[in-house]
Amino acid sequence: MNTAIAEPPEAIERGTSLWRDAWHRLAKNRLAVGGAIVLLILTLASFLGPLLLSQSYETQDLQLGATPPSPQHWLGTDTLGRDLLVRVLYGGRVSIAVGLCATAVALTIGVLYGTVAGFLGGKVDALMMRIVDIIFALPFTVFVILLMVFFGRKFVLLFAAIGAVQWLTMARIVRGQVKSLRRMEFIEAAEALGLPTAQIIFRHMIPNALGPIIVYATLTVPSVMLLEAFLSFLGLGVQPPMSSWGVLINEGAANMEESPWMLLFPGLALALTLFSLNFLGDGLRAALDPRASKD
Amino acid sequence: MNSHALLVVEDLRTYFHTRGGIVRAVDGVSFSIGKGETLGIVGESGSGKSVACYSLLRLILQPPGRFESGRALFDGTDLLHCPEDELRHIRGNRLSMIFQDPMTSLNPYMRIGDQVTEPLRIHRGLSRTEAFKRGPAALREVGIQDADNRVRSYPHEFSGGMRQRVMIAMALITKPELLIADEPTTALDVTVQAQILELIREMQKELGTAVIFITHDIGIVSGFCDRALVMYAGRVLEAAPTTLLFEKPKHPYNQALQRAIPALNEKGRELYTIPGAPPDVSKPIVGCPFALRCEYALEKCVTSEILLKEVALSHHSACLRVQLGELDLTPASGAEIPANK
Repeated sequence: MNTAIAEPPEAIERGTSLWRDAWHRLAKNRLAVGGAIVLLILTLASFLGPLLLSQSYETQDLQLGATPPSPQHWLGTDTLGRDLLVRVLYGGRVSIAVGLCATAVALTIGVLYGTVAGFLGGKVDALMMRIVDIIFALPFTVFVILLMVFFGRKFVLLFAAIGAVQWLTMARIVRGQVKSLRRMEFIEAAEALGLPTAQIIFRHMIPNALGPIIVYATLTVPSVMLLEAFLSFLGLGVQPPMSSWGVLINEGAANMEESPWMLLFPGLALALTLFSLNFLGDGLRAALDPRASKD
Repeated sequence: MNSHALLVVEDLRTYFHTRGGIVRAVDGVSFSIGKGETLGIVGESGSGKSVACYSLLRLILQPPGRFESGRALFDGTDLLHCPEDELRHIRGNRLSMIFQDPMTSLNPYMRIGDQVTEPLRIHRGLSRTEAFKRGPAALREVGIQDADNRVRSYPHEFSGGMRQRVMIAMALITKPELLIADEPTTALDVTVQAQILELIREMQKELGTAVIFITHDIGIVSGFCDRALVMYAGRVLEAAPTTLLFEKPKHPYNQALQRAIPALNEKGRELYTIPGAPPDVSKPIVGCPFALRCEYALEKCVTSEILLKEVALSHHSACLRVQLGELDLTPASGAEIPANK
């Protein structure tokens, strides 16, 4: 509050938005900034790193086999003698892309669907939520296999399949939030002001529902990465020799006793990403709540 | 009803179709309000005063709510049945509303300056930045100190009284012709109440806005309104200029209400209360809804249909016995009108 008084008058002239405000608050949160930086490094390393390394993710050295970390292979090699560092970096490309894209898809569909259902209420709401229930009841693996059979094995389908499942819970959470907000007086007040429905939703409802949405989104990213691993394990996801963190962790788990590094490094990469995401998500949630700021 | 009326409400019936039956929240209410006039609507909780006004802005959730009959002509537009677009141009622009609880009527995620000026963005097509510049002036109008900095605050940094000031500024920023105030002082403490009333009065004088003032405090009505309706069980029992309402009550319910005002009672004497409880509006009421609690009630009060009729010059009453000239009511204990100015 004191900062507002201390600020020069020019700053008052322009209306700062919730987002700009949140950005300032976020920048002050060390854990969140740290999380963002780690995420950025991991992403850059995954997408640019392989270009700087001489080895390919598929170069095998069967005579070498699985070796622990050494000056030649910083993270060691797998059972086929492939460099683990390169494979972890390549795997990061797939995992991060799947994690973020599928979550973005789930977020968009879920928030829109949930808001519409919760806002309109009544029969529309009942119908929309029954549709969600039905999709929820479909066995996921069968759904993915059907997709693959009809459209062939395309990487994009992986996003579509995972996104199509993850938005359901999001829609339910958002619907609940919107339903409770719907009868709040400031929403009635907004209606009494003559605000069109779409603007009531985007200007008044969604910002108020952001907390749970963001928290759930950060929880969705890891579960999406694990789903991808599961699909790859079934042979429906990433195809060998391509790698992803999920695939590497699976391989590592199989060889855990003889070569623990094969599990350790991909696992570390995944854990690091998830921690960073959680810190960032928590920071975002706090930053977006004006009541939380004490400065 | 006069031809200069800004808003004419005729036979408004808002029913709620619930599982427990049809709740007749507003059951045949008619009134009008002229330009710049202040109309009070008094009644106890559940008498339908809020629902009547929410109906005017079509803020009733439909279903379960339904307008069974009636119309509400606002400068020629029927608020109950006009297209949604037309209504949106009137809401918050020419017809604004202040809500009961200022603590929950502001969006906690939006800066005060953005909220106060939001009507300008909607109805005047101003950009956010342009609108925001008008924020400090609007806040100063309603007496908020340090308005230049306060526009950047969030609602949780404001007290209840300040928030209600913000609501008033927001409602009046488009200079509406009619303001509906739904118990704007109920959630505030007494000293702040007086300030808020004074503020509404000042703003009204400045802008020439007509005000519909909903309250359950009959004392506020006497000091604040030109004319008032007394509502009970979804109906208007009495309508008159405020002074007449107090000096010459024409309905036993109004008389009983005044007898129950503590300030008009002798100190030390037991306070008068009206026996019984309001009727259940989910069951149809044929005669006078107050008959069962009324000390003057006769058989015919319960059985015959009673309409609001003019019983004296610009004084309407829905008491059958008053209409028939059988009953002459006296004002409560001969005391002065409660001073509330």
